[in-house]
Amino acid sequence: MTVSDLVFDVIVSLVKIGAVIAVLFTVVSIMTWVERRLSGLIQFRWGPNRVGPLGLFQPIADGVKFLMKEEIVPAEAHKPAYVLAPAMALVPALCAFAVIPFGPTVEAFGRKVPFAIVDIDGGILFAFAASSLGVFAIITAGWASRNKYALMGGLRSSAQMISYELALALSVIGVLLVSGTLRPMAIVERQAGWFWNWNAFAGGWQILGFLVFMIAGFAETNRAPFDLPEAESELVAGYHTEYSSMKFAMFFMSEYINMTTSAAMAVTLFLGGWQLGFPVPFSGWPLWALQVAAFWAKVGALLLFFVWVRWTLPRFRYDHLMNLGWKGLFPLSLANVMLTAVLAALGWVRR
Amino acid sequence: MEAIAFYVLAVLAVASAIVVIVHRNPVMSALALAVNLVTIAGFYLVLRAQFVALLQVIVYAGAILVLIVFVIMLLNLREELKARSPGTFQKWLGPILALVFAVVLGRAMLAHAAPSFPAPVPGFGTAAALGIDLFSRFYYPFEVVSLLLVVAMVGAVLLAKRRL
Repeated sequence: MTVSDLVFDVIVSLVKIGAVIAVLFTVVSIMTWVERRLSGLIQFRWGPNRVGPLGLFQPIADGVKFLMKEEIVPAEAHKPAYVLAPAMALVPALCAFAVIPFGPTVEAFGRKVPFAIVDIDGGILFAFAASSLGVFAIITAGWASRNKYALMGGLRSSAQMISYELALALSVIGVLLVSGTLRPMAIVERQAGWFWNWNAFAGGWQILGFLVFMIAGFAETNRAPFDLPEAESELVAGYHTEYSSMKFAMFFMSEYINMTTSAAMAVTLFLGGWQLGFPVPFSGWPLWALQVAAFWAKVGALLLFFVWVRWTLPRFRYDHLMNLGWKGLFPLSLANVMLTAVLAALGWVRR
Repeated sequence: MEAIAFYVLAVLAVASAIVVIVHRNPVMSALALAVNLVTIAGFYLVLRAQFVALLQVIVYAGAILVLIVFVIMLLNLREELKARSPGTFQKWLGPILALVFAVVLGRAMLAHAAPSFPAPVPGFGTAAALGIDLFSRFYYPFEVVSLLLVVAMVGAVLLAKRRL
């Protein structure tokens, strides 16, 4: 590798990192607005519609409010851990997105540039590794607050995340079996052509894996109907009860970023990633611009689904949650692995 | 480049290991252990073993340590916070064992001073390369280890069942 290659790599990486972080935070602010407007629609009320057209400037007002709020640190709290916890939530949430391809690999300045921050061989594992570190933030926050409700929230969430991570990881193995690779870019490239070539459909017959992945994804991101770590009626606000101002905002943002990453993973693994799903008669930059747009459109659709589910289904009881995870999703995802292995061995899966 | 990464990781690993032992608060010890396990993943990366590095984070930091923290938080913390003085037996045995360990480690290091490894082949350390090795060259050790894990699991279920 020459010096000019190195300089080029560093510049391109920095541009990609900046762009992805900017897009993620934009998605977060739009999603807070969408969440509240859509919940209003579902519950037959207005939601925030005062600030700007349709209430679209509400996220800006919220951001200013978060900055101006007084920051309260409980006197009994374990200070270093208490201050560190919000950062521990946000950093892994941002890291996990690094391996997700949001567009094809294109030729630019005579070099191959993939539309992903990094295009590494173990990309899927990297995303899992990053998201598995996120649970420490919740445990630490719950414990450092020295508050019974916060501690209960932290305990619940760690038990929930361990239980559902199993089903989540196992549901992906089917996709890995039919793709034969752990590289997200290669997994997406295999799903080219018409939309029935996507892994969830005839591309890999992974519809069961997709269902398990989505349900476990709701649990992993602590979203309703699995938002037990912050069940208001029992635990006030769970692990972030004692957090205020920007520290609370960081937990809030990491929840939405995790949600976006989860949706992006589902799109990459099961719904063709940046593939359009139909052939188009042109190529070059109009094509890859359309492909990037297609990726974000799919992610957006799944995010709307996340919100829709949250305001439709009631919260699970704790023992029901554990039963569903261990006796429902875990055997289902195991069955999916077996089924996919048989299909692959019989040669019924498109290579 | 690799040397810089190694020394930064080495300082972090040793510092976090010391915190694990010295800190009086078990939860802080566990969090320091998390840092330690992630730096060890960094060592694997420096050695070009990216698959093992990622598994290190997922299995040790992501799963096992979360269980440890879970158990620590379920136990009563106030009891643990009180400084306990170790018994006389521990007080004498600890340093002796540490010394023996240091001698063994030092001898091993001196015996293999500055070993030279062949440059890794392209594709070294990826899931594919590791999988092929595990299911061909190391097939029997791999199967024996998985049998060991099954035995351990059966044992755990048996022990827990007695109290159910």
